[in-house]
Amino acid sequence: MSSLTKPTQVASLSPSQRAWQRFRRNRLGYWSLVIFCGLVVLSLFAELISNERPMIVRYEGTTYFPMVKDYPEKTFGGDFDTTTDYLDPFIRERLAKDGNWALFAPNPYGPKTLNYFAKEPNPSRPTRDNLFGTDDRGRDLLAQLIYGFRVSVLFALALTFTGVLLGVITGAIQGFFGGKTDLAFQRFIEIWSSMPELYLLIIFSAVFAPSIALLLILLSLFGWMGLSDYVRAEFLRNRQLDYVRAARALGVGNWHIITRHILPNSLTPVVTFLPFRMSGAILALTSLDFLGLGVPPGTPSLGELLSQGKNNIDAWWISLSTFGVLVITLLLLTFMGDALRDALDPRKSDT
Amino acid sequence: MSSFRTPLLDVKGLRVSFGGNEVVKGIDFSIAPGEKLALVGESGSGKTVTALSLLRLVTNASLSGSARFAGARMDGGQTPVDLMTMPEQALRGIRGRDIAMIFQEPMTALNPLFTIGDQIAEIIQLKQGLAPVECARVAIKLIADTGISEAARRARSYPHQLSGGQRQRAMIAMALACKPKLLLADEPTTALDVTVRGQILDLLTSLQKEYGMAVLMITHDLNLVRQFADRVAVMEKGLIVEQGPTAAVFANPQHPYTVKLIDSKPLRDVAEALAPTPAAPLVDAKGLGVNYPVPLPGFRGWFGKGQFAALKQVNCQVKPGQTLGVIGESGSGKSTLALAVLGLLTFSGELTVMEKTWSSNTQQDKDMRRTLQVVFQDPFSSLSPRLTIEEIVGEGLLVHFPELSTDQRREKVVDALADVGIESAQLQGLLARYPHEFSGGQRQRIAIARALVVQPQVLVLDEPTSALDVTIQKQVLQLLQRLQRDRGLSYLLITHDVDVIRAMAHDVIVMKDGEIVESGPISTVFDAPSNDYTRTLLKSTE
Repeated sequence: MSSLTKPTQVASLSPSQRAWQRFRRNRLGYWSLVIFCGLVVLSLFAELISNERPMIVRYEGTTYFPMVKDYPEKTFGGDFDTTTDYLDPFIRERLAKDGNWALFAPNPYGPKTLNYFAKEPNPSRPTRDNLFGTDDRGRDLLAQLIYGFRVSVLFALALTFTGVLLGVITGAIQGFFGGKTDLAFQRFIEIWSSMPELYLLIIFSAVFAPSIALLLILLSLFGWMGLSDYVRAEFLRNRQLDYVRAARALGVGNWHIITRHILPNSLTPVVTFLPFRMSGAILALTSLDFLGLGVPPGTPSLGELLSQGKNNIDAWWISLSTFGVLVITLLLLTFMGDALRDALDPRKSDT
Repeated sequence: MSSFRTPLLDVKGLRVSFGGNEVVKGIDFSIAPGEKLALVGESGSGKTVTALSLLRLVTNASLSGSARFAGARMDGGQTPVDLMTMPEQALRGIRGRDIAMIFQEPMTALNPLFTIGDQIAEIIQLKQGLAPVECARVAIKLIADTGISEAARRARSYPHQLSGGQRQRAMIAMALACKPKLLLADEPTTALDVTVRGQILDLLTSLQKEYGMAVLMITHDLNLVRQFADRVAVMEKGLIVEQGPTAAVFANPQHPYTVKLIDSKPLRDVAEALAPTPAAPLVDAKGLGVNYPVPLPGFRGWFGKGQFAALKQVNCQVKPGQTLGVIGESGSGKSTLALAVLGLLTFSGELTVMEKTWSSNTQQDKDMRRTLQVVFQDPFSSLSPRLTIEEIVGEGLLVHFPELSTDQRREKVVDALADVGIESAQLQGLLARYPHEFSGGQRQRIAIARALVVQPQVLVLDEPTSALDVTIQKQVLQLLQRLQRDRGLSYLLITHDVDVIRAMAHDVIVMKDGEIVESGPISTVFDAPSNDYTRTLLKSTE
């Protein structure tokens, strides 16, 4: 054992740490991850980026926080008790008077704000007021894109999470216990996967009031089967490896064998598919919205914008910018997925 | 061989590297026409890469040096060509016709979708341009030459329909289809059972004589070299450290590595059994049987499954402080026996381990699990790749001694590792390391430590050394012998290697097709075998 005496300088890295280092070495994938995470974090603070209410208003010696609190128009010298429309040229004028000031978000429109004071007819082309133009109801397109991106990504994250959870649990049960359990579960999956998903969605959206939660539940019910098959195959392979047999011979219980020995070694396909599942989920939501079966009306959504773009073919800015956002999002996810797949490829070495 | 003749192949300064990592570091050797040269070394010594690079079959490697080959038939054959620099297209003419190759694993080297007759005929058609009917006829003759009975019928068989030995014969027939001047044989017998190995070697020897071709045999098996080769070249870490006539090298090895290799036959160093021991056996099996379900052919397979008896009516006893050796070829049911004794398979018959039997309840079996531990064959799959050494070795303690504190547990893990010769003083941060950082021999030691940490009385050793290099094998066997002497452990040793049994066992069971063909104390079975099968098995390693 001459190698025993060899001094080692490098710290020990677990297989997942080594995979992470391989991932980092893929610059395209790594920067895609960084940019994507940046965009998601930014979109989480969308209210600070794109909002029709100013963050802080200083009006006649008093400080107001319209972003968190409603103030009637009368507060700022208007005529009505209704909530102030801060885009109203009259209010703007009052806020700009001596000593008064208001700090607006960089894009002073919310996702639902109708710009009643647009200088052009709806849908308005990109102007100084609406940088990306407006849609056919006069809502600012940039605001819609920011909020729509957020909805899509959060929805995709939630759908991926539930899909992974269900897929791993069902796959683990089938693969670990095998035999009759496996047989019964496989037949159930065959029946379940032959249900027409789209028709069920149409039926359910007719029966229940459409909501994002309902959509999430319905899509989750069908989104776990592919992953379940992969996890099942990994479990079937891993459970007959010698280290599992050795653990059995040591008297380790089933639960510990699953969680400590087989599961960590079976997650490679799960991790590899995460970005692809995300992009699949984003596309699914977009297409359902496009068909009008998705999120409830009024929710900012990329699919709904695409549908508007189709209906207003002259308003190129709607379809072009939405298309751009979708392509960038999906491309980032695909680059990440490719890099992840390479990093987790067992045939690749560290060199 | 006469040194006046021009060598058939003359290799000078051959270097092979993969992305800056040099695996063959400038080697020189030559083969005379009709000579049998053996290239010997352990795994990773670069011997297979050397053979593959002679035909430039290694991908992504940069080659340098020269390999002058004087047997190319296309230009009269007398002017030597350099295999390293000649154009790919010309080299393609040499491959398979003037230099042929046979591989270790015939199952993967043959195309599963074509009959072996078609595969051999394809070579003949490609290289000699005969008519298809003629090719088929020649193919059948070649198959018959390699000693396969009913050659015409076998030519229509697919690889999976043949036995391992027949497949390797078919590979040889394919390699010899164009009567090559040089045959590269890469571990041609390693994947085969011991009784078949001898036959294949005899076949190669007789065909070599008949065809007058030179053979470059790549192997790690010194028995084979001794029987087969005229000359031997010993490779270590990409360098040829010694070469010369076989008899001279074996009689008087010069290089320390050669000495070590030749000296690697395991020695017997165990406490011999005295008079018949009165103590009760630790493991006692009576009429043990294991059946596997197998699909029935045809329509009946829709409704039921057949039974394949992997183990039939096996009786065996493991005595305290002694080793019961189980020897047999692949498919003889010896590993099934190990799994049944460990209670990892459902079995019929009677089995007691220290007067207890397996239930299917994990909690109830806990004490039995502690007394009976296992070491598996493949050190690469027997350690979970995502656990640290501390977690792997300490796992048994978590199950059987949950009252230990973390520090006490760590202490026991370190002790167990030190017992098997893995010292934390030499390996920084040993406990936090992962299995991939250890060599095969070290991993096998860790696997032994994992079994020992719960202080078992019986170890089931399922081919504990067959995945290891010969020198490492010897060290691991010495370790097992020491542990037996120090701790009075009993072993159930499963192996296909007669040398290992000879070095370790007190009692022997010889198995074939799930049945015991002969059993008894090692002296009786090995010195005076009563069964024909035992005799062939013993003869194959002499």
